[in-house]
Amino acid sequence: MNQRSNLLALLLAAASVTAASSAIARDSIEVVGSSTVYPFSTVVAERYGRASGKPTPKIESTGSGGGMKLFCSGVGTNYPDITNSSRRIKASEFKKCQANGVNDVIEVHIGYDGIVIANSVKVAPMELTRKDIFLALAAKVPGAVVGELIENPYKTWSDVNPALPNTAIEVMGPPPTSGTRDAFAELGLEGGCKKIDWIAALKKTDKRAYKEICHTIREDGAYIEAGENDNLIVQKLEANPAALGVFGFSFLDQNADKVQGSSIESVEPTFESIADKSYPISRPLYFYVKKAHVGVVPGIQGYLNEFTSEKAWGEEGYLAEKGMIPLPIKERRAMAENTRSLVPMTGKEGLK
Amino acid sequence: MTKPVNTPVNNLQKIRKSLSRRNRSEWLFRWYGRLAIFIGLVAVTVLFTDIVSKGHGAFRIAYLQLEVEYNRDLIGVDNLTDPEQLILGNWQAVPKQALRQQFPDVSGRSDKRKLYGLVSNGSGFDLKDRLLANPMLLGTRETVWVLADDDIDTYYKSWLDGEPYAARLSDKQVKWIGELHDQGKIRLQFNSNLFTRGDSREPEQAGIRGAVMGSLFTLLLTLMLSFPIGVAAAIYLEEFAPKNGWTDFIEVNINNLAAVPSIIFGLLGLAIFINFFHVPRSVPIVGGLVLTLMTLPTIIITSRAAIKSVPPSIREAALGMGASKYQMVLHHVLPLALPGMLTGAIIGMAQALGESAPLLMIGMVAFIVDIPGGFSDPATVLPVQIFLWADSPERAFIEKTSAAIMVLLSFLIVMNTSAVWLRKRLERRW
Repeated sequence: MNQRSNLLALLLAAASVTAASSAIARDSIEVVGSSTVYPFSTVVAERYGRASGKPTPKIESTGSGGGMKLFCSGVGTNYPDITNSSRRIKASEFKKCQANGVNDVIEVHIGYDGIVIANSVKVAPMELTRKDIFLALAAKVPGAVVGELIENPYKTWSDVNPALPNTAIEVMGPPPTSGTRDAFAELGLEGGCKKIDWIAALKKTDKRAYKEICHTIREDGAYIEAGENDNLIVQKLEANPAALGVFGFSFLDQNADKVQGSSIESVEPTFESIADKSYPISRPLYFYVKKAHVGVVPGIQGYLNEFTSEKAWGEEGYLAEKGMIPLPIKERRAMAENTRSLVPMTGKEGLK
Repeated sequence: MTKPVNTPVNNLQKIRKSLSRRNRSEWLFRWYGRLAIFIGLVAVTVLFTDIVSKGHGAFRIAYLQLEVEYNRDLIGVDNLTDPEQLILGNWQAVPKQALRQQFPDVSGRSDKRKLYGLVSNGSGFDLKDRLLANPMLLGTRETVWVLADDDIDTYYKSWLDGEPYAARLSDKQVKWIGELHDQGKIRLQFNSNLFTRGDSREPEQAGIRGAVMGSLFTLLLTLMLSFPIGVAAAIYLEEFAPKNGWTDFIEVNINNLAAVPSIIFGLLGLAIFINFFHVPRSVPIVGGLVLTLMTLPTIIITSRAAIKSVPPSIREAALGMGASKYQMVLHHVLPLALPGMLTGAIIGMAQALGESAPLLMIGMVAFIVDIPGGFSDPATVLPVQIFLWADSPERAFIEKTSAAIMVLLSFLIVMNTSAVWLRKRLERRW
């Protein structure tokens, strides 16, 4: 009998723990979203927690799309307070937010991230243009006649552009689930694709076909999906000097002894060139805040103040040290003002 | 009669002929076995040497010796019991001032920034903790070892190894470190932060305490739930349940569940516990529940095997002496089967400890700094911590990752050894 009652007590204890906890309100901020913004928001969260003595915000890296989905599911402590995003919120996502009662969303544009195409320092750096990138990596490229598309025939970089070295095209980059891949396709490939006149003209007549040509990456082995771990790509580049890798600027910054960034249209990826937007493959970073949660979940205002302070996101701030490229000072001031006074989006921002 | 007659002589010749062939196949088979074990050992050795060679550095970390002054005006604090003042205090000013005094000829904004970059940006808070522990120090000076920045730590270690990595440092910083080294004011110390702190985005301040505590709470709940449920299910199925189509069906399902990829249990947990029962995300409760689902089949299967191995004569003797079936099971079969069940439970727990995929779906893959103090505090677990560090851009996290793997492996080795030991110790031969 004794053993049986012990067993029962254990089960009951476990069950009551479960029941009790679900009733507790949250006392720490919950952040979800982009893996690109994750390294920056975690630093802010940690600083905020340590300086204020309050619970440190919890940050999950779910990807931009996944974060938006969680964020827009509803209002209440079961849903996250903030979502990070490496692209702007889409019109469809904004609509979904509204439909689920998430009416007031504050948009904070925090800075930029550069996407670099790097190779091992053991060989000469590449000098690419976006057109070279498109021709080397697109699934289909223009043929001899205007309007004709052929399967990508290029095997070496010198096939693409005689000025480039005669090495096989071998590029390691993120898989399709990654925001970096989306941004690379949009800014790198599409940027080169637009340079071909008849494809650029197609944008007006058949947008879907245009997008398919410009955003589809070849699948014959020249582009290698290397997983989401950028450290792994750096290691592989070191082992294989003939290959190129695609990843975020912060990884280049940290591994300058192993890899070097290729210049794009003769602009090298540096902190300065990304900040002044002369480096063409860079993307904006955002986060979105639920206004309804400010004041309900303690600490949101404090976290926003920390994030938008000069010591965090300024040119000399600690986020810049982690590889984030800050906004120009004027935009930064306006954005900080906007954020601190909790001005929500109106829905008239011209979202895509 | 064209067939040869099987005379004894004929047979003997056949056997003699085949003898060398049979000997050879046995010899080959033995060597295949040795080769297989050899390959396995080589793989384990390569894995361990790789991890240890990358991770051993993380157990030591660079400290700088500075003479700091707990100046009331500098920090902006004159009363250590006032929480408001403690929050607003400019703690980082203490190591900054000490650095300025150490290198008085450094001037200019950018040079000063580089100078301040020598120490960890959390060192001010470390000094604050020190001051709170000894309030008498306020207003006095003392010489202390202060945590260095992770870039300095990486450089100093690589420099000691003879392959300096200075890409993240300026020439001036390299020169300052050289001077500090000559004066004996930089040294490697045991990295206690690794074991006493939670996660951090600054590699020099990051530790695995939070993840270890998270793993502990999660596993405790898993054990509390899955062991009783698993043992009860196994006893019922083995001793009481009628043998019919239903029990066969259940048995097939249990065996199936044991082979289901663990991420599926994560999805199940997300749908049931989080979306339906509204258990909060990222807490050990939900992690423990999901891992319970995952380890239950393993525990049921091993427990059933343990019960089966108890000889029927024990049961018959108990029943013959007039015990009820319930008494027979509880007083005789269960105690005899318990060692086997425990071994199964430990192996199940070791499996749960190394699991990260199902936790991805329920929000336990997150950046959590505060060390969890209970079942309902947000937490991560060890394998998740390894995953998060492996993905971090800062170079110093590479050695941290390997160090965390070493800790996880040592937990697993302890658990699996104790399973083997328990089995040897308590096992009964019939």
